[in-house]
Amino acid sequence: MNIWIAIGVTAVGCYLVKLLGLLVPAGVLERPLVQRLAALLPVALLAALTAQQTFSANGALVLDARGAGLAAAALALVLRAPFLVVVAAAVAVTAGVRAIGG
Amino acid sequence: MPASAPRPVPASAPRPAPASGPKPDSAVVRDALGVGVAVGLSGFAFGVTSAGAGLSVLQTCALSLLVFTGASQFALVGALAAGGNPLTAAAGAFFLGVRNAFYGLRLSQLLRLPGPVRPLAAQWVIDETTAVALAQPTRRGARIGFTVTGLSLYVLWNLTTLAGALGAEALGDTAAWGLDAAGPAVFLALLAPMLRTATERVVAGLAVVLGLGFLPVLPAGVPVLVAALAAPAVLWLEGRRFAARGTGTVRRKGADR
Repeated sequence: MNIWIAIGVTAVGCYLVKLLGLLVPAGVLERPLVQRLAALLPVALLAALTAQQTFSANGALVLDARGAGLAAAALALVLRAPFLVVVAAAVAVTAGVRAIGG
Repeated sequence: MPASAPRPVPASAPRPAPASGPKPDSAVVRDALGVGVAVGLSGFAFGVTSAGAGLSVLQTCALSLLVFTGASQFALVGALAAGGNPLTAAAGAFFLGVRNAFYGLRLSQLLRLPGPVRPLAAQWVIDETTAVALAQPTRRGARIGFTVTGLSLYVLWNLTTLAGALGAEALGDTAAWGLDAAGPAVFLALLAPMLRTATERVVAGLAVVLGLGFLPVLPAGVPVLVAALAAPAVLWLEGRRFAARGTGTVRRKGADR
């Protein structure tokens, strides 16, 4: 039930912000400070989520095979690999490190 | 979804003036399908991740159908898997989705959609459709690019989500396949093109420190919201530095007097 609540709230919230952009008159969201904040908010969230989902398990900080997988993804990004290749590199390296006992 | 918008976007870069008249519709469709198919396929990673996080196939598919903005979807299932409170988890996903409002703003000026169409088009206002639409030189091209990207991505993203959710059950322990690394890799791929200037990098670095630092001490899902404060914090510091420089000049003038 909790999961359905989370899904419902996220679905409604995400839809409404999408619609908001299409409906509000230009100018309201066009103040430079608002735009800067909107651009930086995803940066902060994505950075934190990347770190947390790589270096934590059950509410504690850990370093495991996912760290190697993320490093592989970072390398793929530096090499300008396509999106799917980046994700595949992370998955493959993580699985590989686990397979050899990492 | 979601995701890799920025890459296909050499888009907003100034393009060479077309030598032979306007860009043909078929070229717009080809660009749009390229983005839609490539990103649409990554719905598989979401399906697997979501099932691995303990969501049912129905819940997983509901997310892709109803939320349809990849970063938020990954964030939500990640927070739920970590044992986060549903509202805290939804808040993190929601804040990630806020950027779509700004995409919508730009698209509404570009596409000039009739009122009744807007509630339908809204669901497709995401990174990829915005990137493709903004890349087109004409309104007609932008409308075609938005529609084709939105349609192909929506259909594929939902089909591959279903395939991933079903596949995850067949795979068993998704961690053994390294699939728990898909979520963070998606986030990193989304983040990388955003780190253009020092400001973005400082925000990202501060957010990592806050997100990891508070992780052991705050309830699941809350640390990421604390980390989001890195954005206003860095903006505020930037503003202060700017203001300090400004008032410095004023003071010097005053001293001259």
